Order: sequence, then structure tokens, then C-alpha cells
Amino acid sequence: MDETAFVETEIYQPNHEQLIEALGKPRLREWVLQMNIIRAFEEKAEDLFARGLVHGTMHLSIGQEAVAVGASAAMEEDDYLLNHHRGHGHCLAWGSDVRLMMAEFLGKETGYCRGRGGSMHIANVEMNNLGANGIVGGGIPISVGVGLSIKKRKTKQVCLTIFGDGAANIGGFHESLNMASIWDLPVIYLCENNQYAMSMAMQKAFNIRYISQRACAYGIPGVTVDGNDVLAVYDAVRTAGERARRGEGPTLVEAITYRWKGHSKSDRQAYRTRDEVKEWQARDPIHRLAHLLKLSEAEYEEIVKQAQAVIEDALAFANASPEPDLSTILEGVYA
Amino acid sequence: MREITYVEAIREALFQKMSEDETVFLIGEDIGVYGGAFGATAGLIQQFGEERVMDTPISEAGIAGACIGAALTGFRPVGEIQFMDFVTLSMEQLVLQAAKIRFMFGGKAKVPFVLRMPGGSGTGAAAQHSESLENWFVHVPGLKVVMPSTPYDAKGLLIASIEDDNPVIFVEHKLLYKIKGPVPEEMYRVPLSKSQVVRPGKDLTIVATSIMVQRALQAAETLAQEGIEAEIIDPRTLRPLDDEPILESVVKTGKVLIVHEAVKMAGFGGEIAARIAESSAFDYLEAPIRRLGGLDIPIPYNRKLEYHAVPQVENILEEARNLAALKV
Repeated sequence: MDETAFVETEIYQPNHEQLIEALGKPRLREWVLQMNIIRAFEEKAEDLFARGLVHGTMHLSIGQEAVAVGASAAMEEDDYLLNHHRGHGHCLAWGSDVRLMMAEFLGKETGYCRGRGGSMHIANVEMNNLGANGIVGGGIPISVGVGLSIKKRKTKQVCLTIFGDGAANIGGFHESLNMASIWDLPVIYLCENNQYAMSMAMQKAFNIRYISQRACAYGIPGVTVDGNDVLAVYDAVRTAGERARRGEGPTLVEAITYRWKGHSKSDRQAYRTRDEVKEWQARDPIHRLAHLLKLSEAEYEEIVKQAQAVIEDALAFANASPEPDLSTILEGVYA
Repeated sequence: MREITYVEAIREALFQKMSEDETVFLIGEDIGVYGGAFGATAGLIQQFGEERVMDTPISEAGIAGACIGAALTGFRPVGEIQFMDFVTLSMEQLVLQAAKIRFMFGGKAKVPFVLRMPGGSGTGAAAQHSESLENWFVHVPGLKVVMPSTPYDAKGLLIASIEDDNPVIFVEHKLLYKIKGPVPEEMYRVPLSKSQVVRPGKDLTIVATSIMVQRALQAAETLAQEGIEAEIIDPRTLRPLDDEPILESVVKTGKVLIVHEAVKMAGFGGEIAARIAESSAFDYLEAPIRRLGGLDIPIPYNRKLEYHAVPQVENILEEARNLAALKV
């Protein structure tokens, strides 16, 4: 991908044939599986919730799987991740253990955060996954510190920071992108624009067409891609990563996508039409990749079944896991 | 022992920790060539370069976030918030991120950084540059809150804070920066969460923080001439609080006055009073627990009004005399 594309205010179109050729079908088949695992995880989460088996709330990213998988695939093993409250997909795509994720979702001691974090706060510091965040944009200022840390250590790592369209309007977004830019920090700012900040439509919350246009205010490249096109997400994040690894600083990547489900459990979705949802469901990111790979129906069904088996296994593990012991309630506040 | 000022003690602590530990770096507004609004970092950029003494744009949330992110990934940053008032702009990062990350992650991460900030009134800077907001942080599990009252403690507590594996809110006082006191040249630590009896006495207990320790000490000199021996206790770390020396002192004296600069309403003194009232020390009280704190107003600009907005030596004297005479 040519970086000159980053200054355009059009949606970037990747060369699909070239990318498929370069990545190879076996790897891309894995992406289809990963996206299906994310979807199966979230469908299971929704089902558990509907049956009253989960405590609290959750934010489903069904329909947005290409952002998680495309972005994670573009990163290297020791890179860092900071993501947001709608974060199951990012965490799974980062290579997390589905069992430990499901256990955390169910608040079990065996979960990634010993049941203290739950759906909105899953982290795995051992894998440089520095956590999802319950505060919209909360991870963005932290990315400045992670970027500084990488720069000071002079490694080739990059910090992938994923946030939503809503987060692009908090003050910390401005402070952080500016700081990352003046210090040339190796951070990728990936705005997962699902077009609604809870109920606030992007068109009402911004007076610009693309959030990536804001990059010019910080003197950094910005690019908008179709967030339901996993290859486009991969291509843009990969290019941003290469720039960061060369020490040239951050990039703002906007991936336009759509959440099929409500914001959280209480959402009656009065702010959008059923037709709009249906229109976006027709642009299913998983089917699109399957179609590009010319997978047969039977092959695809096989992958879906494989994904469901992974989730069933994770659920069995989580169900069999113990709750945190009450005697440990005070643990973990201070080091 | 050699005497240096409070601000020199802070600078020396920073210098010595930065010399010893490469993971320590400074980040804040005008801390480089300018040397910090109060000179705390003067000369350090010449010693360590701009990679370790980092001037930032006016971005308090960004400064806090930079400290958190670097701390999570192996560094021990020391951030400076130019005036404590401005930390209000960092609150989300401090309260919702720094304080909670370790707990939310099941105890599997640590966030070791220090955020220094000068609080307090007395400089004529009016309501937006004179806040004493320490109790906001005292209310947040996961943070530590440190408030040194002497040059000796400023150095020793700052070194201990930098070495601590938790986020530490380090509250300095603008009027203390120029006071002098004995400070060893070598590195030493004043342990966190250890209250100190700074003056022994038998007639009443005065618990004071930050600059009020100095004012209480002055008051105690006068009280001593009147035959009243005040025992003064400086908690030094407000959270987690070591309340044992306070309770022991109250058992001994039976009378207690709590003094801080922050607004009295919902101030730290309320916590101290409650701990005494909830403990067996309560049985030893011979008089009601008394508190002195800031008036229920923003800090005014006018010199006379500003002076009277927070406890002064004469207020402490009056309260202490009344307590000693059981006239409360």
C-alpha cells in the first residue's frame, strides 16, 4: 500500500488479488475461522445473557469482526494492544485463550483477570494485551506512555490502540494524538467507526465526513478503509505499523463498520431503522472474505462448526471453574 | 547535618534516583529549560537530556496517560502537574485507569509512577491555583497519597515513592518549597504509610498535614511557654494510612486537634476523627475531637481574605488552648 493514499479523503481500496496472493489461502482460511470464533463467542455471550446466566452488561461486536482480525493479523508477536469496551473480538484475535476469556466473562477465578474485570476489562499483560477499557477513549492517553516506553527501549514494537467513533471526540484523543505525533511515537490509532456512539449518529457528532481527516491536525497520515473488508483493515494497519517501526510516528486509521446488535443489553435501538441494520447485515465481513476465497458452502459450514466447538469447549471450562473465593476480595489493590 | 530547602531536597531525590535507575524519567509542563514552575527540576535537563526530562504540551490527561502507559511497560515515570488545581484535568486517567488497572486485571499488572504536584494557598494566586485536593485521591483505593512537611521527608518520601510499585500522588506545598532543614546527602528512604510523632507531648495531640505541621510546631513553642505540651503527629502518607501512632497518642493525651489546609467539609480530618471515634481510643477522650480546616469557600485573591481562609498559627493556638483547658 502506498502511503500517499493516506492523505486522500476517499475510502482506500486495497488490491485484493495481490493481498490474497501474498497472504496465502491457508492463512486467510484461519481468518475466516477467527472471525467465526469471535461471532460464536458473542452469540454465546448473548445467549447466556438472555438466559440470565451472566451478571452485568456486555457490548457485542457482531458485524465488526473484520476490524479485530485484520488489525491483529497486521501486528507482530511482541506488539502492544490497548482496546475498548466492545473488545471481545480484539482480545480473541490477539491470540488469547478462549477458555480464559469465557471464564472471565462468567466472572470465574480462572479467568484472565480472576473474575475482577469481566467483559469490559479483559487484559492479558503477558501477551502485551494491556486491556479493554470501560471508559470511552480511556486507553488513548495510555498509548502515549506505551509508545514512549517502546521508543526509550529502542525496540521495533508498536502499540495498536483501538477505539470507537465516540472516543474520537474526547479531549484525551486530541492531547494524545498530538503528543504521539510530536514525539514520533510508534502507535497506531485505529478508530473502529461503527457509526454510533451509543445512540449518537456519527453524522450528528462530527462535521467532517471521515474521522481520519483529523490526522492532518496532528501532522500525521490518516486513512479510511472499509472496516468490513478484513484485507483492507490488514493492509492499512500493516502500512501504519511499518511506518511506526521505521520510527516515523503514529498513523490514524479509520475502519468504517457497523454493529448489528444494540449498544448494550438495554438498547431498544430507537435511533436507527431495521432496514439500515439489514443493509449492513448484507455486508457481512465474514461472508465477504469467504466469498473472496471462493470457499464452498460445505467448507464454510465446517469452519462455523469448528468455531462453535471451540466456544462450547471454552464454556465447559468456564462453567466448571470456581468463583473467586470471598476471602480474596481485598487482593490486588496494591502491588 | 547539611541544610537545604524543601525544593532542593525534591530535586536531589529526582537527581539521585535518575542517576541510579535508567527507568526513571520526568514528564510535565515546563520542567526542562524552564526548570518547572517552582524550580523543582531546575538543571536536570542539562544533566539528563530531553529524553529523560520531557517537556509536554498543556495536556494533563496526556501526562497522566503517559505515566500509566510507561509504568505498565517497565518504566518508573515521575510526572509533574504544574499546580495541583490542574490535576482535575487528569482525573479520569488517575482515578479510573491508574488506580484500578491492577485490581481489574486480577493483580497481574503494576503501575509504578509518581505524580508530583504543588498544592496550597498563600501565594496570592487565587482560587484556581491554590487548591488542596488531596482528599479526592484519599478516597480512591489503588492510589497512594503522600504529603511531606519537611525537606528531610520530601527527599526520603520521594525516593520511596519512586521505588514503590503503585501510583503515588505526591503533594508538595508551595509555601514549603523555600523552608530549610537538615537533609543527608546520601540516598535514604522514608517509608510510606508510617506516621511520625514529630514532637512529643502529654497534654494534647495535634494531627497535622503538610504546611500545617510547620504551623503546629510554631504553635507548640508558644504553648510550651504556657505549660501546655502538644504532641504533634504527621501522617506523611494519607493513604494507606498508619493510624496506630495517632490512636496511641490520643490514649495518652485524651485530647485531639486535627489540622489541615484543605476545606474542612469532608476533609481528611473527618477520617482521622472517625478512626478515633471508632477505636478504643474513644474511651480515653476527655473532650470532643476538634478539627481546623479551610473555610467553606474557594481561596480568595485579597491578601487578608486569603490569609484567613485557611488555618494559621494563631487559630491552632486558640483551639489548642481551649482544648487543653477543656473549654470545648
